[in-house]
Amino acid sequence: MIPVNYYLTLSVVLFSMGALGVLIRRNSLVVFMSIELMLNAGNLAFVTFAKMHAANLAAVHNGQIFVFFVMTVAAAEVAVGLALIVLIFRKKQSIDLDQLTHLKG
Amino acid sequence: MTQIDFYTIMPISVLVLCASLLLLLEAFYPKGKQKQIAFFAAFGFALTLGLSISQLGNSYSGFGGMVVLDGFSNFLNILFLITGLLGVALASGYLQRMNINKGEYYVLMMFSVAGMMLMSQATDLIITFLALELLSIPLYVLAAFALNRTESEEAGIKYFLLGSYATGFIVFGIALIFGATATTSFAGIVAAIAQPATNLTLLLVGGGLVLVGFGFKVATVPFHMWTPDVYQGAPTSVTAFMAAGAKAAGFSALLRIFATLFPSFAADLMPILAVLSALTMIVGNITAIAQTDIKRMLGYSSIAQAGYILMAFVPFGDPAIRATAVAAGLFYLVAYTITSFGSWGVVIGLEREEGKGLDINDYAGLGKKYPWLALAMTVFMFSLAGLPPTLGLVGKFYLFRAIMEGKLYWLALIGVITSLISAYYYLRVIVIMYFKNGDPIINKDNLLYMSIALCVVITVVLSFMPSFLFSWASNAMLTMF
Repeated sequence: MIPVNYYLTLSVVLFSMGALGVLIRRNSLVVFMSIELMLNAGNLAFVTFAKMHAANLAAVHNGQIFVFFVMTVAAAEVAVGLALIVLIFRKKQSIDLDQLTHLKG
Repeated sequence: MTQIDFYTIMPISVLVLCASLLLLLEAFYPKGKQKQIAFFAAFGFALTLGLSISQLGNSYSGFGGMVVLDGFSNFLNILFLITGLLGVALASGYLQRMNINKGEYYVLMMFSVAGMMLMSQATDLIITFLALELLSIPLYVLAAFALNRTESEEAGIKYFLLGSYATGFIVFGIALIFGATATTSFAGIVAAIAQPATNLTLLLVGGGLVLVGFGFKVATVPFHMWTPDVYQGAPTSVTAFMAAGAKAAGFSALLRIFATLFPSFAADLMPILAVLSALTMIVGNITAIAQTDIKRMLGYSSIAQAGYILMAFVPFGDPAIRATAVAAGLFYLVAYTITSFGSWGVVIGLEREEGKGLDINDYAGLGKKYPWLALAMTVFMFSLAGLPPTLGLVGKFYLFRAIMEGKLYWLALIGVITSLISAYYYLRVIVIMYFKNGDPIINKDNLLYMSIALCVVITVVLSFMPSFLFSWASNAMLTMF
């Protein structure tokens, strides 16, 4: 069996990749994907911790149920986010964040 | 669901029910009569407000301790519902003038307020997370509500991306807290901290990530970059609602999480909170000086005000004074909410279509042509700057007193100095209104001016009898500690 620590390391790596991706990438779809990566890193951590606390049934349920909530909320965010990105694309023919320069000062 | 469970979430369920009914009603409503939707929304808010007031003094804990209704959440629920009511009043005329009069606006606002209320009542990190999203997702849509204006879309996407970025931090932070304590319930976490086997480092890192996430939500420096852009681009009525309600909700969650979960880490967290608050006050106030757009200026001002509110949380680990300090924070939150709502109302009064009338110089001559409106703006600017006779001054007085009692003299000093700096740009608006010649045009909107007048009355009258509000806030805090 793969040790629990590997999963945790993977989730930290995924989270850092996501957090950095948001800061570095300029394409709003890629930025959005990076955010999803952060959320899923959280999910992975939750499942792993639930497995770690396997002796405590309440903790297992707690962690796994949280994952379901995060997934549904992420879906709701996708609905809003993609709609916004489509709107921007229709107006500007581009989803590059650097071109969103109407608001400055 | 037992009866107690139901009592705990009664105001929220009523509000959500009203919002759902309104959504249904709106779909079948004859076109052109959309303005009446605002009336129904106000009715929903008023009904819920009545329910919340009727629950004053009661204390319930429902759903296995995941949601509570105590003095603290009741205090904030009433604040959020008043925010909702004022938000409807500010929006109804504005939406019509800007040609974005759609009934969904009010429905989204009601869902968002329901999220705020749930956030102040949550005592389990799952509920905090859900409430945060219930509050935020409608706000993303609202920020982009003026589809015909590029700025609004831009504000929407910026708010959305930064908001979900913050959510990512919060989720991962909660995951780490869960990893350390094997539970997400506040009571369980507090119990786990006392156990020697708990991994406190993991817990502290998780708490830090949650702090970063909420730092984004309430716009503290260095997580504030989105605020001026979003506040400028979003429809002004949305901005008012965001600046008042969303910020207050973020603080309520921060407060509940940190005051109940982490008092034992106060020594580690206090310097971080103090530096965050000092930076927020300094950067917010100094950047605001350079602004010429009134929405941007008020945006930076709201960042600075968040620093003052955050200041109240700094001594949260000191049992002798934390109740007074946090009560001072709550008091300041109320003062800020009412005042900022009023000032945004004045901005709405002068804003023309196509985004004209938003430069500070467009306020020239307001003092001569519309003395009452200029007087109202003067009161709000005085209150934000902390000058008498306004609620803002009393709020700052309580704040600084609490900080001095906590022996954080340097922080109090920074607070006083930045207040003096802020007086410069607040008073500049007043100088332009009274001493510069110009021909401002204001919109006809009776409901708007009535709500501005209400804000003026509250700001001035409550400043003469602050003890009532302060003792209410202190009692609210006592139920939590």
